Amino acid sequence: MSDRVRMRVFAVAGLGLLALLLWGLWGLPDFGVYRGPYGDILNRIAVPERSTTDVVTAVNFDYRGFDTLGEEFILFSAVVGVTSILRGLRGERARAPEDEAAGRRVPETSLAIRVTGLGLVPPTILIGLYVVAHGHQTPGGGFQGGVILATALLLTYLSADYMTMRRVGPTWLSELAEGMGAAGFALVGVSGLVAGGAFFENFLGKGTPGELLSAGTILVSNFAVGLAVTGGFALMLSEFLQQTLVRRSGRQRRARRA
Amino acid sequence: MLVLVALSATSVVLAHDPLRQAMLASIYGLVLGILFFVWQAPDVALSQTVVGAVALPLMILLALAKMRGGEE
Amino acid sequence: MSFLPYAVVGYVAAIGLYGVVTSRNVVHLVICLSVMQSSSYLLLLSIGFKDHASAPIFADVPVGTRAVDPVVQALTLTDVVVGATVTALLLALAVQAHKRYGTADPRELRPERR
Repeated sequence: MSDRVRMRVFAVAGLGLLALLLWGLWGLPDFGVYRGPYGDILNRIAVPERSTTDVVTAVNFDYRGFDTLGEEFILFSAVVGVTSILRGLRGERARAPEDEAAGRRVPETSLAIRVTGLGLVPPTILIGLYVVAHGHQTPGGGFQGGVILATALLLTYLSADYMTMRRVGPTWLSELAEGMGAAGFALVGVSGLVAGGAFFENFLGKGTPGELLSAGTILVSNFAVGLAVTGGFALMLSEFLQQTLVRRSGRQRRARRA
Repeated sequence: MLVLVALSATSVVLAHDPLRQAMLASIYGLVLGILFFVWQAPDVALSQTVVGAVALPLMILLALAKMRGGEE
Repeated sequence: MSFLPYAVVGYVAAIGLYGVVTSRNVVHLVICLSVMQSSSYLLLLSIGFKDHASAPIFADVPVGTRAVDPVVQALTLTDVVVGATVTALLLALAVQAHKRYGTADPRELRPERR
């Protein structure tokens, strides 16, 4: 289908879609007027019932914990997909680095970037752990904290070089974290079943709302999800990095020896 | 604020060079995060900022570096 | 004013689709796909909004305060994470396709070529 024909078909289809969308959206209640009952009910009962002050996290991990299980495993299978797709290119590593453009130096990381980057790693890890642990009280939770922790690993790569990142966060550690996190989350749900209730029933003792050790299983599942997301994102990022940089480390080693 | 969202989305689509587009996508993610914050959704704003302004442009840049590295 | 959020949702979805259709680079295509997905986040959040209401976090305000709907926020949270992972998977596919066929143009990557 040539370009012109495609543009014409799209013009018809796109405008039709836009018209249909706007017509459908016109029937919604006005922006700012909220009619549904569930939001109001949840806002009223979530805090006394589950003793967590963050209602969104309560919905995610307790009332609709099943959806979060599905999302966790979407993350898991996407990471598996990325690693298996990019692993087919591993055969290139066997190629000797001499047929690259000879004598090309890769510039060393400047000292300013190194110091700033390495100085930022501990606060990032601390902030990530804080966001994961306080998910049931303040905005945050497993996902946000997990991605923050994964970027701490990436900061190590940015400020030092690839080999340092490999030593600090080896692949088997990320894989272990991801697997254990996903399994841990599923186990929380199953143990709700075992303890004589529904799947994902919140059966641990709930403290008073506003304290750190409250909200029962929500705390445990926050940690499990944080672990799984950290492992998953670190694995994905290092898979992408590995492809671009195996050659680079070869060049750096040759340049240092020269 | 919403007009800013529409403008950012238009600019992300109309930039044809993927490298420029990665930066614009990061700005778009940040603008969306701010909009979610204005709409009283702090959890979602945190998640969107962390994912859409950091993790996503990072992956785009890495994919581009990989594609360009193969041509040398 | 009250229809503007929904109009922006429709506009972002349409322009994302335009980007997907007229794309000349697979990475550009994947980014436009993620833009289309972000229009769904906008729609979900704008449904749950209440005028003059605060966030559904009751850490420092008493429980009875008027707050925005938390259910759609939980849905959007899931949506954001899933969107990012799907985009990552598509990027890996794009990298692999570029490696095998040497071109990043979606019009060239047709099945009858190989």
